[in-house]
Amino acid sequence: MAPPARPGDAAYANIEKVNAELFTLTYGAVVRQLLTDLEDINEVNKQLDTMGYNIGIRLIDEFLAKANISRCTDFKETADVIAKVGLKMFLGVTGTVANWNQDNTECSLILDDNPLVDFVELPETCQGLLYCNILCGVIRGALEMVSMKTEARFVRDVLRGDEAYEIRLKLLEHLPEVLPYKDDD
Amino acid sequence: MSQVYNLFVINKSGGLIYYKDFGSTAKLDTNNSLQLASVWHSLHAISMEFSPVPDCTGIEFLEADNFDLHCFQTLTGTKFFVVTETGAVGIDGLLRVVYELYADYVLKNPFYEVEMPIRCELFDYHLSNHIRGGKDRPTGGSFR
Repeated sequence: MAPPARPGDAAYANIEKVNAELFTLTYGAVVRQLLTDLEDINEVNKQLDTMGYNIGIRLIDEFLAKANISRCTDFKETADVIAKVGLKMFLGVTGTVANWNQDNTECSLILDDNPLVDFVELPETCQGLLYCNILCGVIRGALEMVSMKTEARFVRDVLRGDEAYEIRLKLLEHLPEVLPYKDDD
Repeated sequence: MSQVYNLFVINKSGGLIYYKDFGSTAKLDTNNSLQLASVWHSLHAISMEFSPVPDCTGIEFLEADNFDLHCFQTLTGTKFFVVTETGAVGIDGLLRVVYELYADYVLKNPFYEVEMPIRCELFDYHLSNHIRGGKDRPTGGSFR
């Protein structure tokens, strides 16, 4: 019996696929090159985040165009859509949302599986490296384009010996929808 | 397929980033197309402010004696609108397809600067194909 359809499945079926190994190895090459060029692990983490941001601000439109999503009513729904539809669509995996804070402005996206790290072992010399930091940037960039200023960072990472990947996502503010049209501007 | 006269894309700050006419009926020169785009952007914004009910997302459809105007605003604030013959059908679907083409052939082009005027031949090509032929529905990147 086929498992029941989940929200991300339709979007996933709709989108063009590319060989996972090609994707994973390409990403690995990018990270290696950054390490060579920047020679500093913190700089690499920062650069990966920036690269992700630049991807995210463009990727959001593809997501909206192809996933048939309507406007989310609150940040809770947004986090759910990222975990169930967004990650599925672009990464082929789904995450779970957990650990909400009291005001529902902060949560964790937990990934058990992550194709980016299929062949990766972090050497001793790269202990501070947030190998998948690009994902944080992507989420931050994408949300900024739909009026949400957020902060995303890895708090758990399998490469560093944790059980799962955990991205802590924090909503800083809702940006105004339209430009401020004031007469005195 | 209904006759589409022209297509406009406006970025979120109200600048015209793409204009194309199809056929000879409603051609506009650059100045007029810019004017029309900024007027539409403002009208759209005003309509949201004036709406008596909350959460209005602006004008989607304008009907005149000799043309229809269909507008689609994405959640990121980009507006796509087309001017068509009166009574044209299936235009909402067309605008969704144009959005997909924009996501694929404009935003994925690494040399396209976000929010800037669109000069992408692939976008032109697929757009014309779709509007003139009513086929060639895009399914994503070009790994074929």
